[in-house]
Amino acid sequence: MAKVFVPYNLRKLTDGQAEVVVPGETLGKLIENLESQYPGFEEFVLQDGRLKPGLAAVCGHAATRQGLLQKLDEDTEVHFVPAVSGG
Amino acid sequence: MVQTFDPKSDYKVVGTRPIRHDGLEKVTGRAVYGADVKVPGLIWGEVLRSPHAHARIKSIDTSEAEKAPGVFAVVTNADFPAPRSGEIDTGEDVVNFERDTKNLLAKDKVLYKGHAVAAVAASDRNTALEATKLIKVEYEQLTPVRNVDEAMAADAPILLEDLVGDHLGEDVKDTNVARHFRHEFGDLERGFAESDLVVEETFTLQMVHQGYIEPHNATAIWDESGHVTAWSSTQGMFAVRDQTAGMLRIPESQVTVHPVEIGGGFGGKTKVYLAPVAAMLSKKSNGRPVKMVMDRNSVFEASGPAPGGKITVKMGVSNDGKIKAVHSDLRYEAGAFPGSAIGAGAICVHACYNIPNSRIDGYDVVVNKPKSAAYRAPGSPQAAFAIEQVVDEICDQKGWDKLQFRLDNASTEGTRRGDGVMFGSIGLIETLEAARDSDHWNSPLGEPAPGKLRGRGVASGYWMNGGNKSTVDLMLQDDGSVALNEGSADIGGTRASIAMQAAEVLGLPAEDVHPYIPSTDSIGFTATTGGSRTTYATGYAAWEAANDLIKQMSERAAILWGIDAADVQFDAGRFSSGSDPELSIGFKDLARRIGDTGGPLSATSSVNLAAAGAAYAVNICDLEIDPETGKTDVVRYTAVQDVGTAIHPSYAEGQIQGGAVQGLGWALNEEYFISDDGSMANHTFLDYRMPTSLDMPMIETIMVEVPNPLHPFGVRGVGEVPLAPPLPAAANAVKDAIGKRIVDHPVKPGRIIEALSD
Repeated sequence: MAKVFVPYNLRKLTDGQAEVVVPGETLGKLIENLESQYPGFEEFVLQDGRLKPGLAAVCGHAATRQGLLQKLDEDTEVHFVPAVSGG
Repeated sequence: MVQTFDPKSDYKVVGTRPIRHDGLEKVTGRAVYGADVKVPGLIWGEVLRSPHAHARIKSIDTSEAEKAPGVFAVVTNADFPAPRSGEIDTGEDVVNFERDTKNLLAKDKVLYKGHAVAAVAASDRNTALEATKLIKVEYEQLTPVRNVDEAMAADAPILLEDLVGDHLGEDVKDTNVARHFRHEFGDLERGFAESDLVVEETFTLQMVHQGYIEPHNATAIWDESGHVTAWSSTQGMFAVRDQTAGMLRIPESQVTVHPVEIGGGFGGKTKVYLAPVAAMLSKKSNGRPVKMVMDRNSVFEASGPAPGGKITVKMGVSNDGKIKAVHSDLRYEAGAFPGSAIGAGAICVHACYNIPNSRIDGYDVVVNKPKSAAYRAPGSPQAAFAIEQVVDEICDQKGWDKLQFRLDNASTEGTRRGDGVMFGSIGLIETLEAARDSDHWNSPLGEPAPGKLRGRGVASGYWMNGGNKSTVDLMLQDDGSVALNEGSADIGGTRASIAMQAAEVLGLPAEDVHPYIPSTDSIGFTATTGGSRTTYATGYAAWEAANDLIKQMSERAAILWGIDAADVQFDAGRFSSGSDPELSIGFKDLARRIGDTGGPLSATSSVNLAAAGAAYAVNICDLEIDPETGKTDVVRYTAVQDVGTAIHPSYAEGQIQGGAVQGLGWALNEEYFISDDGSMANHTFLDYRMPTSLDMPMIETIMVEVPNPLHPFGVRGVGEVPLAPPLPAAANAVKDAIGKRIVDHPVKPGRIIEALSD
C-alpha cells in the first residue's frame, strides 16, 4: 500500500483528504486504483497513457525517471508535483 | 532498484586539482566558439525586432527586402510549418512548440520590445542588417502589461487570447495567469493562532539577466537531402536538436548539432532562439549555410532573463524560537509566454525550514517582457530574497541569534519540503554549523570608514539538484590512455570532473583520460547541462562505463594468463591473479596487449537518474554603505555550501564564488528597468550594471562534504545553489547597516538613500 499525497487541486475528489492509502505494485497500477476509488484522478495525472507533460511523480524522495513502470515498495510515499528543470 | 553507496575518503584522483583538459585551447584562443564557426559559402542572417512591447501585427511586407542586392531570403513566422499543439514532453523538458515558434518569430502579436518579427539572409552581415530595414510592418499598438500587478488587475489587457489558465484546477479564459497552484499541509490557521509573533512582508523583484558574455549564436545548413546541420552555443546540444526539429517539423534524426564552446550560459542557454531561423533561412537560400549572432541589445531584450515578480511571506513563530506556520504567495513573471520558474521557486521557498503548517501559492503570470528562462537555481533566489528577510526580521524583533534560529528550525532527513516531499539525506545542519563556526561569523564586524555605515547579513538557500539522462563512451587506446566521449556541454569544468571520475575507477591519472564532446549523431542522448546534474549524472555514467571497461580488461587478462576471469582482481591500476601472485600486469601494459586478446575495447554507459543530492548554502555578507550616495561595498563575504564530495575542489569553489558575485549583483544593482512604454531602458552593459572583479572582495568559501549516498563518489550538484543566498544575505546586511528593511529589489543606492531619508 502506498501513501499518496493528494495534490491540492484534487482534494475535491477525496472529500478533502490530503493523504490516501492505495495499493499498487507500480505507479501505473497505483494510478489505476486511484482512479477506481477517486474517479477523475487519472485525467489529472495521465495524458496518452503517460504522465502528463509538466507533472512529476515523486516516489519516495525523488521524481521517478521510470514513469508508470516505477516499482513501489509497500510504504512508498507518492506525490504528484509540477516538474521543474534547472539552469 | 536504487543503489546506495558508503562514503569513502581514500581517493587518488577525486578531490585533486589537475589542470583542466580544455585549458590550453581556451587560454591560447584555439577553442572554437559559435561565432568562430566557418563553413564554405557562409552567408549571414539578421533579425528585425519589434519596437513595441505589445502590439498586434496587421501586416508584414517583405517584398522590398527580398529585392535588395545581396539578399538571399527573408523569413517570417508564416514560413514555419504549423507546429504541434499542446505541451510536449521531450524527455528532458516540457515544450510548447506552438508558443515557442511564436517566440522565435512573432505571428499575430508582438509581446515584448525586441520580439523577432522577420529575418533576412544576405551575403554579409551589414547587407542583412540593412535589408531588415526594408521590411514594412504595420502595428496596432496595445497597452503594455509591465508587471504581475498590472497583469492580474481586473481590467488588464490580455496578452494571449487563446490562453486557458489553470487556476487551482479550474479552466479560466481571458486571463494573464497561466497557472495558480497550491501546496499545503498541516493546519495553517491553527499554526498562526499558536504563534506568539507573526511577521508578514511583501517583496517585489525585477527581471534580471544571466549576463553571459558570449551572445546567442547559430550556424545552420538545411541541405538538399533535407538534413539540417547546426552549430550553436548551448548548454544542451540535444535540446537544440529536438527543439529545432520540433519547430521545423522534421524528425530528430534529420538534425545534427555540433557542440561549440560556450561563453557562459547560467541557464540562459537552455532555450533556442536562432538555430531554427538560421535553418529556415538556409533552406530558402538553397542550402547555403547561414550564421546568426545576436548583438548585446538583442540578448537583453529578446533572450530569456530570470523572472521578476511579487512575493508575500507570512511566518508565525512561538516564543521558544520555533516556526509554527508559514504561508508564501509567489507571483512570477513568465514573460510573454507561460513557463516561469514558479514551480521550482515554490519547492525552494520553505526548503530550509521544518514547518509543521505550510501553504504555498504559486502564480505563473504572463507580462509584456521577454519569455523568462532559467538562471542558476531558477526561482530559488527570488524566493530566498523574501523568506530569508522575513526570518531576519523575526530574529531582529525577538533578539534571536540568526544562525541558531536557523539551526533550531532546520530541515533534516525526514522533514517535509513545502511541496510535501520528504527529504532524504541532506546537509543543511552541517552547513549551518560550519557557518556558525566560521572565522567570519566569529569575527567582529569592524569599524566602518569615517562617515560610512556597516552591516552584516546571513541567509540560507536551497536547490534540489537534477538527475536525468547521460551517456559516456570510453575507448581504450593502445598507449593505455582512455578517450572519453560525453554528451554534456562543458559550462563549468565538467570535462575535468567527468574524466576524473572515470580516472578514479581506472586507476589512471586524470590527464590520461581524454574527454571529448562529439555531435548529437555520435553519442547517446544526454540531457542539457543544467539543474546541477552533470557531474552527478554524467559522472555516474562515467563511473559505470569505467567499471565495465575494467571488467572487460579483467577478462582479457584472464585470456592472457589462461585463467578464469573470476580469479582476476584490479586494484590501484594493476590487474593480478588472486591465486597466483606471479601474474600481475599494469593497466597500460595490458592495454598494449589488448589486440592479442580479441581486439579493441570500449565501454558505454547510459543512465537515467532520479534527482538526488539536494544542496544547501549559507552565506555571510559584510558590507559598507556611503549614506551620502547610497553606494554599497561588500567588504567581506563567506559562502558555505554542502558540495557532497568535491570532485575538483577548485572548480567547486569557482562555482560558489561565481554564484556569490552574480547574486550580489542581482541583489544590489541589476534590474530590467522598464519604461512606461514597456521597453527595457538599460539594455547595454554600460547601463545594466553587473559587478566586476574590482567591485568584489575575495569570496571566501567553506565546502562542507555530506556525501550523497546515491552517487558512487557522493557527488551533489554545486552549480546552482550558490546563487540563492546572496540576495537576502546582502539585503539583510543593508538592514543591519541602516536599520531599515528594503523590500523592493534591487537594493540599489537610490532606495538606500530613500530609506535613510524617511
